[in-house]
Amino acid sequence: MFEALSDKLSGVFDRLRGRGTLGEADVAEALREVRLALLDADVALPVVRDFIARVRERAVGAEVLESVTPGQQIVKIVNDALVEQLGGAGAVPVNLNAAAPIPILMVGLQGSGKTTTAGKLGLRIQTRERRRVLLASLDTQRPAAQLQLQQLGERAGVTSLPIVAGQTPVEIARRALDTARREVFDVVILDTAGRLSIDAALMDEVRAIRDVAAPAETLLVVDAMTGQDAVNTARAFNEALGVTGIVLTRMDGDARGGAALSMRAVTGAPIKLAGTGEKLEALEDFHPERVAGRILGL
Amino acid sequence: FTRRKLDDAALEELEETLIAADLGTEVAARVIAAFRRTRFGREVTDEEVKTALAGEIAEILAPVARPLEIDPAHKPFVVLVVGVNGTGKTTTIGKLAQHYAEAGLRPMLVAGDTFRAAAVEQLQIWGQRTSAPVIAGAANADAAGLAFEALTRAAAEGADVVLIDTAGRLHNKSVLMEELRKIIRVIRKHDPSAPHATLLVLDATTGQNAIQQVRVFKEMVDITGLIVTKLDGSARGGIVVALAEAFGLPVHAVGVGEQAADLRPFDAEDYARGLVGT
Ligand SMILES: Nc1nc2c(ncn2[C@@H]2O[C@H](COP(=O)(O)OP(=O)(O)OP(=O)(O)O)[C@@H](O)[C@H]2O)c(=O)[nH]1
Ligand SMILES: Nc1nc2c(ncn2[C@@H]2O[C@H](COP(=O)(O)OP(=O)(O)OP(=O)(O)O)[C@@H](O)[C@H]2O)c(=O)[nH]1
Ligand SMILES: [K+]
Ligand SMILES: [Mg+2]
Ligand SMILES: [Mg+2]
Repeated sequence: MFEALSDKLSGVFDRLRGRGTLGEADVAEALREVRLALLDADVALPVVRDFIARVRERAVGAEVLESVTPGQQIVKIVNDALVEQLGGAGAVPVNLNAAAPIPILMVGLQGSGKTTTAGKLGLRIQTRERRRVLLASLDTQRPAAQLQLQQLGERAGVTSLPIVAGQTPVEIARRALDTARREVFDVVILDTAGRLSIDAALMDEVRAIRDVAAPAETLLVVDAMTGQDAVNTARAFNEALGVTGIVLTRMDGDARGGAALSMRAVTGAPIKLAGTGEKLEALEDFHPERVAGRILGL
Repeated sequence: FTRRKLDDAALEELEETLIAADLGTEVAARVIAAFRRTRFGREVTDEEVKTALAGEIAEILAPVARPLEIDPAHKPFVVLVVGVNGTGKTTTIGKLAQHYAEAGLRPMLVAGDTFRAAAVEQLQIWGQRTSAPVIAGAANADAAGLAFEALTRAAAEGADVVLIDTAGRLHNKSVLMEELRKIIRVIRKHDPSAPHATLLVLDATTGQNAIQQVRVFKEMVDITGLIVTKLDGSARGGIVVALAEAFGLPVHAVGVGEQAADLRPFDAEDYARGLVGT
């Protein structure tokens, strides 16, 4: 464990061997390597800055254990801090502690994986939690978006709200909740159109949807391959809506996934789920420890 | 205008601007090192610095700013559109169809994504919007077989450009990448010179992973050019600078919205200015 970054750091620390504690200058030199590793993993710059400052505080003066090199010691401190920042050990479940029908709102940029995740989440809640789920697409923008969710529902065996042409997203949200109450669904998953955080009109629209639906969860769906813009997206959606959870999609790719750290740091919301494929079953709990290792390239 | 000395602190700030635009640490360091050699210690305004830096980056981008030329010697000219999931392939095909139709050509669209829910219907709506015929098969039909059939139809119906949509796929999934190669093999049974262009559609919000995407797609299906989408957002798409340096593939166009008209030529200077924020 701790190979890649430790290797880089070993040069920095070779001459340190034998000393009892980590000194300020040596820590600073090591953290320059850590900074690069984080940036190469797409952690956003302001998040890297804060993180490095926090780790520096912990590392300076820390004792070097007999069994490890000072380089490994620093990497361990970094890794532990990263796990903590990503939410600590274990996964945070989707909140279903609310009066039925429980609305869950899916939001995010274009193409991030909202609709697919809505289908996956519906299947998961229905099979694992044994709750009746209604899927509703409020996406009146993208061609065939409502049909996409309907087909996903059919494949998953999850009911979807009948498509009515010409309704606005807010009207569809109302109809979904009315239907759910009348037909006694436990959970209503509201899929929305992809939108840019700088698109004022569409951000107003999703705020209006939120006001009507009063969701128990507002899940921001984010591509694991996202770069530095993760902070802007996270901040804008969080300020507009109050994000309660994050879903990181395309974790089946080979991106290092630094966006996870950025998203979490900016919103304070837990990363709840990870998308790991295109199939409806490919949705997993988010494990901070695994992602920390991936970000550091360990 | 306040002038200040372009010292170490100022250069570091500039480097961070580039990193925050997704150029990556290495490319950002290299660009700033070149900049330092020529301008260190001068008294400059912020405007002057940014303009000069944009100029430096525009020089890297200028060689890749090349529109996609439709060679009329190939009739139809076959364009295969590939990329990872959700980048904007289908939408870009809609935009290209509009563009070629406006240029007086007859585009034909092929719904080669037979996998994702409602992918066919999505492309069919783009066909209606742009008055281009759409060739589609049954759900889960073989994409390669469909492409072959489409080329036969395109020849019969006198289409000038055939735009083939494909399902999104991550480059690290070898089975799915192999499927793309099969599509190409089958297309070549119809026309050994096809596809005449293989475009990788890249999302501007993508970070450093884009380099790996391009590397693998290039190796597996010999992509001939890039289209960068979603530049209307807050992401600045700096990874394109790293890609230009590493691969030199042409960037044919950029996507700046969700409508048919939202496709623009790639302009090196505009792009560079967007990156440094002037
Ligand atoms: N490999 C992989 N693909 C995924 C994952 N999640 C979603 N996708 C794919 O990503 C693409 C886009 O997914 P959508 O669900 O349509 O994304 P969206 O956010 O609803 O898109 P818009 O509604 O257009 O904003 C599709 O090809 C999905 O199959 C994932 O975890 N892994
Ligand atoms: N803002 C903006 N949105 C875009 C742009 N290009 C595409 N989109 C949106 O991005 C989302 C995904 O686009 P698609 O064309 O479905 O992407 P795709 O690559 O075909 O996706 P898959 O087939 O699922 O892999 C849709 O909501 C599009 O409207 C663009 O240039 N700007
Ligand atoms: K932009
Ligand atoms: Mg969607
Ligand atoms: Mg598509």
